[in-house]
Amino acid sequence: MSDATAGNLSQAAAEARRDDAAQTGPMLAADGRPLKQSLNRALRAQKLRALALIAPLLIFLLVTFVAPILDMLFRSVENQIVSETLPRTVIALEDWDAEDLPSEDIYAALAYDLHAAVERRIHTRLGSRLNYEETGLSSIFRRSGRGIDDVGEGYADQFIDLDPAWEEPATWIGLMADPDWIAEQAAWAATETEAREPVFQLAPGIADLLPETADAYRSFALALQAEARNPDSPTTEEPWNTVFLALYRDLSAGAEVGAVEGPEFARAEVVRLQEAAAAVASFTPVDLRATFADIDEGWAEMPIWTTIQTFSDPYTAGYFLAAVDLQLTPSGIEVVEENQRIYMLLFQRTMVLSLTIMGLCVILGYPIAYLLSNLPLRTSNMLLILVLLPFWTSLLVRTSAWKVLLQQEGVINDLLVWIGLVADDARLAMINNQVGTVVAMTHILLPFMILPLYSVMKTIPPSYMRAAKSLGATNWTAFRRVYFPQSVPGIGAGCILVFILSIGYYITPEIVGGRTGIFISNRIAFHISDSLNWGLAAALGSILLALVLVLYWLYDRIVGIDNVKLG
Amino acid sequence: MDTKLPPYATTGERLWFYGFRVICGLIFFFLMAPIVVVIPLSFNAENFFTFTPGMLAFDPEAYSLRHYRDFLTNPDWQQALRNSMTIAPVATLLSVSLGTLAAIGLSQSHVPFKGAIMAVLISPMIVPLIISAAGMYFFYSRVGLQGTYWGVVLAHAALGIPFVIITVTATLVGFDRSLTRAAASLGANPVTTFFRVQMPLILPGVISGGLFAFITSFDEVVVVIFVGSAQQQTLPWQMFTGLREQISPTILAVATILVVVSIGLLTVVEMLRRRSERLRGMSPG
Repeated sequence: MSDATAGNLSQAAAEARRDDAAQTGPMLAADGRPLKQSLNRALRAQKLRALALIAPLLIFLLVTFVAPILDMLFRSVENQIVSETLPRTVIALEDWDAEDLPSEDIYAALAYDLHAAVERRIHTRLGSRLNYEETGLSSIFRRSGRGIDDVGEGYADQFIDLDPAWEEPATWIGLMADPDWIAEQAAWAATETEAREPVFQLAPGIADLLPETADAYRSFALALQAEARNPDSPTTEEPWNTVFLALYRDLSAGAEVGAVEGPEFARAEVVRLQEAAAAVASFTPVDLRATFADIDEGWAEMPIWTTIQTFSDPYTAGYFLAAVDLQLTPSGIEVVEENQRIYMLLFQRTMVLSLTIMGLCVILGYPIAYLLSNLPLRTSNMLLILVLLPFWTSLLVRTSAWKVLLQQEGVINDLLVWIGLVADDARLAMINNQVGTVVAMTHILLPFMILPLYSVMKTIPPSYMRAAKSLGATNWTAFRRVYFPQSVPGIGAGCILVFILSIGYYITPEIVGGRTGIFISNRIAFHISDSLNWGLAAALGSILLALVLVLYWLYDRIVGIDNVKLG
Repeated sequence: MDTKLPPYATTGERLWFYGFRVICGLIFFFLMAPIVVVIPLSFNAENFFTFTPGMLAFDPEAYSLRHYRDFLTNPDWQQALRNSMTIAPVATLLSVSLGTLAAIGLSQSHVPFKGAIMAVLISPMIVPLIISAAGMYFFYSRVGLQGTYWGVVLAHAALGIPFVIITVTATLVGFDRSLTRAAASLGANPVTTFFRVQMPLILPGVISGGLFAFITSFDEVVVVIFVGSAQQQTLPWQMFTGLREQISPTILAVATILVVVSIGLLTVVEMLRRRSERLRGMSPG
């Protein structure tokens, strides 16, 4: 290239630059759009395409996996059962000072709630829920289910003695039901239809006049209609005794039944009500507290009331407290009695055993990984199969193998007796205790230590060791100062992996752990399938999950989840 | 460590060289022995879990196939085998198809929230099984999936997904993008490109991911115990009940069969891995 052409070229370039500078607009793409915009658009399309490919799986996992985990977290604090089963009692107890037994009003609220709960057959569920907090409450609720009909019976008899019409369902319907509902119900009864009876409606105004009676009657009517197998109609059934109790309480509280005029109420019902109102003053009062104490002594004692009050919130920290051996009592948070502290012990044992297993895996895994990474590839690939085969073998197979080996009449004990190391009558107990769990789990988790260690050690150049030795280091110094520090990331990765897997183990401890070698997971499973204390299971699970997620985060920081390798 | 001792090695070095090999041998023994021991015990003629004197004397009378016969004729075991064989393949199919798509999405150059998405996709592998099982039990009972075939299949598919994601993304790392561009420039539409160009190349990764997902479902016992009902009792579940309650050596026969199955699967995965490494020139072996 001659000097002249070079000069021309540089001149042309300078002109082009001037042209560019003169152009005020941004750089344009071929289609005339600004280049930046078009690039952004292409990038956005690319992002959307990537997301569209990921979306099906993400949605699938959110539904099948993430939602269940969130549900478990929710269950660990959820406690709606108390306020759903005993709504009136919970409200009435809000102002209770928890020093003396509750007033008659609160007992009345309990009577209405309990009767509705018994008819819906949910009182035993509440009993077992509260039994987690205070032993013995479950039987009180069961017994109350059988005795609830006694509550208000005295008043029912007195009302019926006064006027037998009170026994008639029609009397109550005339007083309580919405005229529109009565018409609808009659139309429904006239047709032979499969459909359910129209949902009961209270007469307008009745709730203001007789608040407790209206409430109690409504829950009676709805409970009848809600019966799953053969729903009943309030038009054919005499109300519960607790409805009579409510009527007595409303009338003796001075409900202004005299003022009732107007079309909503049938005249005859009003007259009957007025007669009853005049008569209640002469009724023999029934002591509700005594009635409940007759059903079960527990109702005349403090614990059940304080427990209901303490656990009346729809959300509770109670399960979490129980999971760390604390309990919520009316006077605050307390540590449970010494002989009931099991969860902290279990968490501690899970930690200690997992750390032991992790340590053993490092001790056993390090030499193997070292050997594998320093042998010629062909030999090391052969030996790697000895590591991968246990890794691929079913967990149940390996666990049953250890059961076979470790039991008292098992292979190892037989061998020891045969050699003469152990007397036949003093066979070692290696199963159903912590030894069994540690040995079996070390074997099961060892490949998870060897594989990450091996993949790190493969990348350590052998020349470093040689260089160290040529500079005068002994074998030991070269290993300690040069090789070992480079293998630490592998140890870290392997340790976290083994530890994460170990603290959540369930199957192996269940089979070879006996009573002393079980982990927190076994307790979770016990609470789900045997004791049915799902809230506590969820709380224990949430704590374990939090622990694992912290470790997972650490693992991600140290190793990176993208770098997880299999095989 | 060098593979051969140099002629100038001191006695100490010699001792260490052989001592180290002996230690490694013992550890390999620890790894393999439990699995190997199960095999002869499964041919025990007695109802014992240990070697009888007859077996040690290699008396042919002491060996029999009765436990295998029991496995093949007992309706409980046969039902369990059938359940395992109907649950695992469907779960695998679900996780492989969804997982492969997502892995391709994740391997694009610009993926928003890649870290968070990856964390969610890998989480079924990290969260302890008992927690997944508890959560699924609670949630699936709410939506009516608890105790159903599809409940178990969905749960197992979720558990298998991380393995598919990990293996397929690992294969995609070495995938040459210019091949898809070349296909596109020759007029192939994206679907054709995927099935004719990309899929054949990443197939080894997909298959080994599928095998991992299959073995996850096939071996899984914790989740199926909680999510399934007696009608979904799988092989591992039956073994678990057997180990906990009525101990019968049939379990050892089943264990032996499963060891053989895992040897088969391991061979396939290893062959696939070596093939794909060789194709990409990553490994001389």
